[in-house]
Amino acid sequence: MTTTKTVVTLKVNGVERTAEVEPRLLLVHFLRDVLGLTGTHVGCDTSQCGACTVLLDGRGVKSCTVLAVQADGHEVTTVEGLARDGELHPIQEGFWEKHGLQCGFCTPGAMMTAVELLRQNPNPTDEEIREGLEGVICRCTGYENIVRAVKYAAERMRG
Amino acid sequence: MIPASFAYERAQSVREAVELLESHQGEAKVLSGGHSLIPLLKLRLTSPTVLVDIGGIAELKGISAEGDRLVVGALTTHAEVAASPEVRRHLPLLAEAARQVGDLQVRNRGTVGGNIAHADPASDLPAVALALDAVITVEGPAGRSEVPVEDFILGPLLTALGGSDVVVSVAFPIPKGKWKGAYEKYPHPASGYAVAGVAAVIGVDDGGTIRDARVGITGVGDMPYRARDVEAALVGNPATEEVVRRAAERADAEGSFSGDLFASEDYRRHLSKVYTRRALMRSLP
Repeated sequence: MTTTKTVVTLKVNGVERTAEVEPRLLLVHFLRDVLGLTGTHVGCDTSQCGACTVLLDGRGVKSCTVLAVQADGHEVTTVEGLARDGELHPIQEGFWEKHGLQCGFCTPGAMMTAVELLRQNPNPTDEEIREGLEGVICRCTGYENIVRAVKYAAERMRG
Repeated sequence: MIPASFAYERAQSVREAVELLESHQGEAKVLSGGHSLIPLLKLRLTSPTVLVDIGGIAELKGISAEGDRLVVGALTTHAEVAASPEVRRHLPLLAEAARQVGDLQVRNRGTVGGNIAHADPASDLPAVALALDAVITVEGPAGRSEVPVEDFILGPLLTALGGSDVVVSVAFPIPKGKWKGAYEKYPHPASGYAVAGVAAVIGVDDGGTIRDARVGITGVGDMPYRARDVEAALVGNPATEEVVRRAAERADAEGSFSGDLFASEDYRRHLSKVYTRRALMRSLP
Protein backbone atom coordinates (compact mmCIF):
# COMPACT_ATOMS: atom_id res chain seq x y z
CA MET A 1 0.00 0.00 0.00
CA THR A 2 1.07 3.57 -0.36
CA THR A 3 1.46 5.69 2.68
CA THR A 4 1.63 9.39 2.24
CA LYS A 5 4.50 11.02 4.02
CA THR A 6 3.62 13.64 6.57
CA VAL A 7 5.49 16.84 7.31
CA VAL A 8 6.26 17.22 11.00
CA THR A 9 7.76 20.14 12.90
CA LEU A 10 9.17 19.53 16.35
CA LYS A 11 11.13 21.77 18.66
CA VAL A 12 14.09 19.60 19.61
CA ASN A 13 16.41 20.93 22.32
CA GLY A 14 15.04 24.41 21.62
CA VAL A 15 15.55 24.30 17.84
CA GLU A 16 12.68 23.93 15.40
CA ARG A 17 13.19 20.92 13.10
CA THR A 18 11.00 20.06 10.13
CA ALA A 19 11.07 16.86 8.11
CA GLU A 20 8.91 14.73 5.90
CA VAL A 21 8.39 11.34 7.54
CA GLU A 22 6.54 8.11 7.12
CA PRO A 23 3.74 7.79 9.72
CA ARG A 24 5.32 4.58 11.01
CA LEU A 25 8.60 6.29 11.90
CA LEU A 26 9.24 6.05 15.63
CA LEU A 27 10.31 9.18 17.49
CA VAL A 28 13.57 7.52 18.53
CA HIS A 29 14.46 6.82 14.89
CA PHE A 30 13.49 10.38 13.95
CA LEU A 31 15.88 11.70 16.58
CA ARG A 32 18.72 9.34 15.74
CA ASP A 33 18.46 8.81 11.98
CA VAL A 34 16.82 12.00 10.71
CA LEU A 35 18.32 14.52 13.13
CA GLY A 36 21.54 12.64 13.93
CA LEU A 37 20.98 12.94 17.69
CA THR A 38 22.44 9.57 18.59
CA GLY A 39 22.62 10.25 22.33
CA THR A 40 19.18 8.66 22.65
CA HIS A 41 19.74 4.90 22.59
CA VAL A 42 17.60 1.98 21.49
CA GLY A 43 17.89 -0.84 24.01
CA CYS A 44 15.09 -3.36 24.11
CA ASP A 45 12.79 -1.75 21.54
CA THR A 46 9.80 -3.20 23.45
CA SER A 47 8.99 -0.34 25.85
CA GLN A 48 10.75 -2.04 28.75
CA CYS A 49 14.30 -0.80 29.19
CA GLY A 50 13.93 2.98 29.09
CA ALA A 51 17.25 3.66 27.29
CA CYS A 52 15.29 5.74 24.75
CA THR A 53 13.67 8.02 27.34
CA VAL A 54 13.38 11.67 26.27
CA LEU A 55 11.26 14.55 27.52
CA LEU A 56 8.14 15.26 25.46
CA ASP A 57 6.66 18.60 26.50
CA GLY A 58 8.74 18.23 29.65
CA ARG A 59 7.50 14.74 30.54
CA GLY A 60 9.66 11.62 30.42
CA VAL A 61 8.48 9.18 27.73
CA LYS A 62 9.93 6.17 25.95
CA SER A 63 10.63 7.45 22.44
CA CYS A 64 10.53 3.91 20.98
CA THR A 65 6.81 3.90 21.79
CA VAL A 66 5.88 7.26 20.31
CA LEU A 67 5.43 7.91 16.60
CA ALA A 68 7.22 10.97 15.20
CA VAL A 69 3.85 12.16 13.85
CA GLN A 70 2.43 12.09 17.39
CA ALA A 71 5.17 14.49 18.47
CA ASP A 72 4.36 16.94 15.64
CA GLY A 73 4.01 20.44 17.10
CA HIS A 74 5.48 19.39 20.44
CA GLU A 75 8.78 19.96 22.24
CA VAL A 76 11.39 17.27 22.75
CA THR A 77 14.44 17.37 24.98
CA THR A 78 17.14 14.73 24.50
CA VAL A 79 20.29 14.11 26.50
CA GLU A 80 22.10 16.49 24.10
CA GLY A 81 19.84 19.25 25.40
CA LEU A 82 20.69 18.86 29.09
CA ALA A 83 23.94 20.82 29.27
CA ARG A 84 23.71 24.63 28.98
CA ASP A 85 26.56 26.76 27.63
CA GLY A 86 29.14 24.08 28.31
CA GLU A 87 27.89 23.60 31.89
CA LEU A 88 26.77 20.10 32.75
CA HIS A 89 23.21 19.68 34.04
CA PRO A 90 23.23 18.73 37.75
CA ILE A 91 22.07 15.24 36.81
CA GLN A 92 25.03 14.82 34.45
CA GLU A 93 27.32 16.12 37.15
CA GLY A 94 25.78 13.60 39.57
CA PHE A 95 26.47 10.68 37.24
CA TRP A 96 30.03 11.94 36.82
CA GLU A 97 30.72 12.52 40.51
CA LYS A 98 29.03 9.37 41.81
CA HIS A 99 30.18 7.08 39.01
CA GLY A 100 26.59 6.44 37.96
CA LEU A 101 27.56 4.45 34.87
CA GLN A 102 29.57 1.46 33.82
CA CYS A 103 29.08 0.66 30.13
CA GLY A 104 27.00 3.82 29.70
CA PHE A 105 24.38 2.42 27.37
CA CYS A 106 21.40 3.10 29.63
CA THR A 107 22.85 6.38 30.90
CA PRO A 108 21.05 8.83 28.59
CA GLY A 109 17.71 7.22 29.41
CA ALA A 110 18.56 6.96 33.09
CA MET A 111 19.45 10.65 33.19
CA MET A 112 16.33 11.78 31.32
CA THR A 113 14.17 9.64 33.59
CA ALA A 114 15.94 11.11 36.62
CA VAL A 115 15.19 14.62 35.35
CA GLU A 116 11.50 13.66 35.15
CA LEU A 117 11.62 12.02 38.56
CA LEU A 118 13.09 15.18 40.15
CA ARG A 119 10.52 17.35 38.38
CA GLN A 120 7.78 15.34 40.06
CA ASN A 121 9.56 15.02 43.38
CA PRO A 122 12.50 17.38 44.06
CA ASN A 123 13.37 15.72 47.36
CA PRO A 124 13.01 11.96 46.87
CA THR A 125 14.00 9.26 49.35
CA ASP A 126 16.24 6.40 48.13
CA GLU A 127 13.10 4.28 47.92
CA GLU A 128 11.33 6.86 45.77
CA ILE A 129 14.35 7.17 43.48
CA ARG A 130 14.38 3.40 42.97
CA GLU A 131 10.65 3.40 42.27
CA GLY A 132 10.98 6.33 39.88
CA LEU A 133 13.74 4.55 37.96
CA GLU A 134 11.69 1.36 37.66
CA GLY A 135 11.35 1.98 33.91
CA VAL A 136 15.12 2.03 33.32
CA ILE A 137 17.03 -1.21 33.09
CA CYS A 138 20.80 -1.11 33.67
CA ARG A 139 22.34 -4.27 32.24
CA CYS A 140 25.48 -3.67 34.32
CA THR A 141 23.20 -3.56 37.40
CA GLY A 142 24.89 -0.39 38.53
CA TYR A 143 21.82 0.82 40.33
CA GLU A 144 23.50 1.72 43.62
CA ASN A 145 25.56 4.47 42.06
CA ILE A 146 22.70 5.63 39.86
CA VAL A 147 20.65 6.22 43.02
CA ARG A 148 23.60 8.13 44.55
CA ALA A 149 23.91 10.19 41.36
CA VAL A 150 20.23 11.15 41.44
CA LYS A 151 20.49 12.04 45.13
CA TYR A 152 23.49 14.23 44.40
CA ALA A 153 21.59 15.99 41.63
CA ALA A 154 18.53 16.47 43.83
CA GLU A 155 20.65 18.19 46.45
CA ARG A 156 22.35 20.38 43.85
CA MET A 157 19.05 21.35 42.24
CA ARG A 158 17.43 22.26 45.55
CA GLY A 159 20.41 24.54 46.05
CA MET B 1 11.45 -3.32 15.21
CA ILE B 2 9.58 -1.25 12.72
CA PRO B 3 5.80 -1.31 12.22
CA ALA B 4 4.32 -2.18 8.83
CA SER B 5 3.26 0.84 6.78
CA PHE B 6 -0.01 2.53 7.55
CA ALA B 7 -1.77 5.73 6.63
CA TYR B 8 -2.21 8.34 9.33
CA GLU B 9 -5.20 10.56 9.97
CA ARG B 10 -5.58 13.10 12.71
CA ALA B 11 -9.09 13.61 14.06
CA GLN B 12 -10.01 17.04 15.41
CA SER B 13 -13.18 15.86 17.15
CA VAL B 14 -14.76 12.64 18.36
CA ARG B 15 -17.36 12.90 15.60
CA GLU B 16 -14.62 13.19 12.99
CA ALA B 17 -12.81 10.20 14.48
CA VAL B 18 -15.97 8.08 14.23
CA GLU B 19 -16.50 9.20 10.62
CA LEU B 20 -12.90 8.39 9.71
CA LEU B 21 -13.19 4.94 11.30
CA GLU B 22 -16.45 4.35 9.45
CA SER B 23 -15.01 5.41 6.11
CA HIS B 24 -12.19 2.87 6.48
CA GLN B 25 -14.58 -0.03 7.11
CA GLY B 26 -12.84 -1.87 9.93
CA GLU B 27 -9.35 -1.37 8.46
CA ALA B 28 -8.54 1.45 10.88
CA LYS B 29 -7.48 1.55 14.52
CA VAL B 30 -7.71 4.35 17.05
CA LEU B 31 -4.40 5.75 18.32
CA SER B 32 -4.38 7.60 21.65
CA GLY B 33 -1.29 7.27 23.89
CA GLY B 34 -0.14 4.34 21.78
CA HIS B 35 1.25 2.37 24.72
CA SER B 36 -0.76 -0.73 23.93
CA LEU B 37 -1.03 -0.27 20.18
CA ILE B 38 2.50 0.73 19.17
CA PRO B 39 4.14 -2.33 20.80
CA LEU B 40 1.64 -4.52 18.91
CA LEU B 41 2.40 -2.67 15.66
CA LYS B 42 6.14 -3.16 16.17
CA LEU B 43 5.71 -6.87 16.77
CA ARG B 44 3.38 -6.88 13.74
CA LEU B 45 0.74 -8.66 15.79
CA THR B 46 -1.67 -6.18 14.26
CA SER B 47 -1.30 -4.30 10.99
CA PRO B 48 -4.13 -1.83 10.47
CA THR B 49 -3.98 0.06 7.19
CA VAL B 50 -4.96 3.33 8.84
CA LEU B 51 -4.39 4.88 12.27
CA VAL B 52 -6.84 7.52 13.42
CA ASP B 53 -5.01 9.69 15.96
CA ILE B 54 -7.37 11.08 18.61
CA GLY B 55 -4.46 12.42 20.71
CA GLY B 56 -5.20 16.06 19.94
CA ILE B 57 -8.91 16.10 20.82
CA ALA B 58 -9.23 18.49 23.77
CA GLU B 59 -12.71 17.34 24.86
CA LEU B 60 -11.29 13.90 25.71
CA LYS B 61 -8.90 15.25 28.32
CA GLY B 62 -9.37 15.88 32.00
CA ILE B 63 -11.13 14.71 35.15
CA SER B 64 -14.38 16.19 36.43
CA ALA B 65 -16.71 15.50 39.35
CA GLU B 66 -20.23 15.12 38.01
CA GLY B 67 -22.73 14.49 40.78
CA ASP B 68 -21.74 11.31 42.60
CA ARG B 69 -19.17 10.17 40.07
CA LEU B 70 -15.76 11.11 38.72
CA VAL B 71 -15.63 11.27 34.95
CA VAL B 72 -12.19 10.61 33.51
CA GLY B 73 -11.72 11.66 29.89
CA ALA B 74 -10.37 8.92 27.62
CA LEU B 75 -7.10 10.78 26.93
CA THR B 76 -6.29 11.35 30.61
CA THR B 77 -2.96 9.68 31.38
CA HIS B 78 -2.32 7.33 34.30
CA ALA B 79 0.10 9.92 35.71
CA GLU B 80 -2.67 12.54 35.65
CA VAL B 81 -5.10 10.19 37.40
CA ALA B 82 -2.50 9.30 40.05
CA ALA B 83 -1.70 12.97 40.73
CA SER B 84 -5.25 14.34 40.56
CA PRO B 85 -6.34 15.94 43.86
CA GLU B 86 -9.95 15.11 42.94
CA VAL B 87 -9.20 11.41 42.43
CA ARG B 88 -7.10 11.25 45.59
CA ARG B 89 -9.88 12.85 47.63
CA HIS B 90 -12.90 10.96 46.26
CA LEU B 91 -11.46 7.67 44.99
CA PRO B 92 -8.04 7.05 46.57
CA LEU B 93 -8.04 3.42 45.40
CA LEU B 94 -8.19 4.60 41.78
CA ALA B 95 -5.17 6.86 42.36
CA GLU B 96 -3.41 3.95 44.04
CA ALA B 97 -4.01 1.66 41.07
CA ALA B 98 -3.02 4.33 38.50
CA ARG B 99 0.26 4.85 40.37
CA GLN B 100 1.08 1.16 39.89
CA VAL B 101 0.51 0.99 36.13
CA GLY B 102 3.72 0.26 34.19
CA ASP B 103 6.49 2.67 35.10
CA LEU B 104 6.93 6.43 35.30
CA GLN B 105 7.43 6.88 31.55
CA VAL B 106 4.53 4.59 30.63
CA ARG B 107 2.20 6.40 33.06
CA ASN B 108 3.09 9.70 31.35
CA ARG B 109 1.84 8.44 28.03
CA GLY B 110 -0.65 5.60 28.55
CA THR B 111 -4.29 6.71 28.74
CA VAL B 112 -7.33 5.55 30.69
CA GLY B 113 -9.42 5.21 27.53
CA GLY B 114 -6.73 3.24 25.73
CA ASN B 115 -6.28 0.98 28.74
CA ILE B 116 -9.98 0.11 28.93
CA ALA B 117 -10.31 -0.29 25.15
CA HIS B 118 -7.30 -2.63 25.05
CA ALA B 119 -8.74 -4.81 27.87
CA ASP B 120 -5.50 -6.50 28.82
CA PRO B 121 -6.39 -9.28 31.28
CA ALA B 122 -3.47 -8.32 33.54
CA SER B 123 -4.10 -4.59 33.55
CA ASP B 124 -4.70 -2.78 36.86
CA LEU B 125 -7.48 -0.35 36.01
CA PRO B 126 -10.18 -2.91 35.10
CA ALA B 127 -10.12 -4.28 38.68
CA VAL B 128 -10.97 -0.84 40.04
CA ALA B 129 -13.49 -0.17 37.27
CA LEU B 130 -15.28 -3.44 38.09
CA ALA B 131 -15.26 -2.85 41.84
CA LEU B 132 -16.76 0.62 41.41
CA ASP B 133 -19.24 -0.33 38.64
CA ALA B 134 -17.64 2.13 36.23
CA VAL B 135 -19.52 3.15 33.09
CA ILE B 136 -17.80 3.64 29.74
CA THR B 137 -19.15 6.35 27.44
CA VAL B 138 -18.73 5.27 23.83
CA GLU B 139 -19.39 7.30 20.69
CA GLY B 140 -20.23 5.43 17.52
CA PRO B 141 -22.05 6.03 14.24
CA ALA B 142 -25.42 5.96 16.06
CA GLY B 143 -24.34 8.47 18.72
CA ARG B 144 -23.26 8.18 22.33
CA SER B 145 -24.09 5.35 24.68
CA GLU B 146 -23.10 4.31 28.20
CA VAL B 147 -21.86 0.77 28.73
CA PRO B 148 -21.29 -0.71 32.23
CA VAL B 149 -17.76 -2.08 32.47
CA GLU B 150 -19.07 -5.59 33.13
CA ASP B 151 -20.75 -5.54 29.71
CA PHE B 152 -17.77 -3.78 28.12
CA ILE B 153 -14.91 -6.19 28.84
CA LEU B 154 -15.86 -9.44 27.14
CA GLY B 155 -12.61 -11.41 27.17
CA PRO B 156 -8.84 -11.12 26.83
CA LEU B 157 -8.21 -8.06 24.61
CA LEU B 158 -11.89 -8.22 23.68
CA THR B 159 -14.47 -5.51 24.33
CA ALA B 160 -17.95 -4.49 23.23
CA LEU B 161 -16.43 -1.68 21.10
CA GLY B 162 -17.51 -1.73 17.48
CA GLY B 163 -15.08 -1.03 14.63
CA SER B 164 -16.18 2.61 14.38
CA ASP B 165 -16.56 3.29 18.12
CA VAL B 166 -14.40 5.59 20.23
CA VAL B 167 -14.15 5.56 24.04
CA VAL B 168 -15.05 9.06 25.25
CA SER B 169 -14.72 8.69 29.02
CA VAL B 170 -14.84 6.34 31.96
CA ALA B 171 -17.13 7.36 34.84
CA PHE B 172 -16.29 5.99 38.28
CA PRO B 173 -19.18 6.21 40.78
CA ILE B 174 -18.12 7.40 44.26
CA PRO B 175 -19.51 4.98 46.87
CA LYS B 176 -21.95 6.54 49.33
CA GLY B 177 -21.83 6.76 53.13
CA LYS B 178 -18.90 5.62 55.22
CA TRP B 179 -16.50 3.50 53.17
CA LYS B 180 -12.86 2.71 52.48
CA GLY B 181 -11.12 1.12 49.53
CA ALA B 182 -7.72 -0.20 48.48
CA TYR B 183 -5.83 -1.73 45.55
CA GLU B 184 -3.31 -4.48 46.28
CA LYS B 185 -1.13 -5.92 43.57
CA TYR B 186 1.51 -8.56 43.04
CA PRO B 187 3.35 -7.25 39.97
CA HIS B 188 5.15 -9.50 37.53
CA PRO B 189 8.81 -8.75 38.31
CA ALA B 190 9.74 -8.18 34.66
CA SER B 191 6.67 -6.69 33.00
CA GLY B 192 5.07 -4.94 35.97
CA TYR B 193 1.65 -6.26 34.93
CA ALA B 194 -0.54 -7.72 37.67
CA VAL B 195 -0.01 -11.41 38.36
CA ALA B 196 -2.80 -10.71 40.82
CA GLY B 197 -4.42 -7.34 41.45
CA VAL B 198 -7.38 -6.76 43.74
CA ALA B 199 -9.50 -3.65 44.18
CA ALA B 200 -11.71 -3.69 47.25
CA VAL B 201 -14.34 -1.43 48.79
CA ILE B 202 -16.06 -1.89 52.16
CA GLY B 203 -18.97 0.33 53.20
CA VAL B 204 -20.26 0.13 56.78
CA ASP B 205 -23.35 1.40 58.59
CA ASP B 206 -23.28 3.27 61.90
CA GLY B 207 -23.32 0.03 63.85
CA GLY B 208 -20.16 -1.29 62.14
CA THR B 209 -22.00 -3.79 59.96
CA ILE B 210 -20.85 -4.19 56.35
CA ARG B 211 -23.63 -2.90 54.09
CA ASP B 212 -21.64 -2.71 50.83
CA ALA B 213 -18.70 -4.82 49.65
CA ARG B 214 -17.03 -4.79 46.25
CA VAL B 215 -14.11 -6.84 45.00
CA GLY B 216 -12.61 -6.65 41.49
CA ILE B 217 -9.79 -9.03 40.58
CA THR B 218 -7.38 -8.80 37.65
CA GLY B 219 -4.33 -10.67 36.36
CA VAL B 220 -5.13 -14.18 37.51
CA GLY B 221 -6.89 -15.43 34.39
CA ASP B 222 -8.40 -14.68 31.01
CA MET B 223 -10.31 -11.63 32.15
CA PRO B 224 -10.90 -9.51 35.25
CA TYR B 225 -13.95 -10.39 37.35
CA ARG B 226 -16.12 -9.36 40.27
CA ALA B 227 -15.74 -11.74 43.20
CA ARG B 228 -19.44 -11.83 44.11
CA ASP B 229 -19.02 -14.79 46.46
CA VAL B 230 -16.56 -12.80 48.55
CA GLU B 231 -18.92 -9.83 48.57
CA ALA B 232 -21.86 -11.99 49.67
CA ALA B 233 -19.79 -13.39 52.54
CA LEU B 234 -19.10 -9.86 53.78
CA VAL B 235 -22.40 -8.03 53.49
CA GLY B 236 -24.52 -8.13 56.65
CA ASN B 237 -21.60 -9.22 58.82
CA PRO B 238 -19.57 -7.14 61.27
CA ALA B 239 -16.54 -5.39 59.74
CA THR B 240 -13.90 -7.49 61.46
CA GLU B 241 -10.62 -9.10 60.41
CA GLU B 242 -12.08 -12.54 61.05
CA VAL B 243 -14.98 -11.92 58.66
CA VAL B 244 -12.56 -10.61 56.02
CA ARG B 245 -10.25 -13.60 56.43
CA ARG B 246 -13.10 -16.05 55.88
CA ALA B 247 -14.60 -14.14 52.95
CA ALA B 248 -11.26 -13.81 51.13
CA GLU B 249 -11.00 -17.61 50.94
CA ARG B 250 -13.78 -17.46 48.33
CA ALA B 251 -11.82 -15.22 45.93
CA ASP B 252 -11.25 -18.04 43.43
CA ALA B 253 -14.86 -19.27 43.44
CA GLU B 254 -15.44 -17.30 40.24
CA GLY B 255 -13.17 -16.27 37.40
CA SER B 256 -11.30 -18.46 34.93
CA PHE B 257 -7.78 -19.08 36.18
CA SER B 258 -4.83 -19.97 34.00
CA GLY B 259 -1.17 -20.68 34.52
CA ASP B 260 1.99 -19.78 32.63
CA LEU B 261 5.75 -20.21 33.02
CA PHE B 262 5.85 -17.64 35.78
CA ALA B 263 2.86 -18.63 37.89
CA SER B 264 0.83 -21.85 37.84
CA GLU B 265 -2.95 -21.90 37.99
CA ASP B 266 -2.83 -23.08 41.61
CA TYR B 267 -0.44 -20.31 42.57
CA ARG B 268 -2.69 -17.72 40.95
CA ARG B 269 -5.68 -19.11 42.87
CA HIS B 270 -3.65 -18.76 46.05
CA LEU B 271 -2.61 -15.21 45.15
CA SER B 272 -6.22 -14.20 44.45
CA LYS B 273 -7.12 -15.10 48.05
CA VAL B 274 -4.06 -13.49 49.64
CA TYR B 275 -4.38 -10.24 47.73
CA THR B 276 -8.14 -10.10 48.28
CA ARG B 277 -7.51 -10.45 52.00
CA ARG B 278 -4.87 -7.71 51.96
CA ALA B 279 -7.04 -5.29 49.98
CA LEU B 280 -10.06 -5.97 52.21
CA MET B 281 -8.02 -5.61 55.42
CA ARG B 282 -6.96 -2.16 54.32
CA SER B 283 -10.59 -1.35 53.48
CA LEU B 284 -11.82 -2.06 57.03
CA PRO B 285 -13.02 1.15 58.69
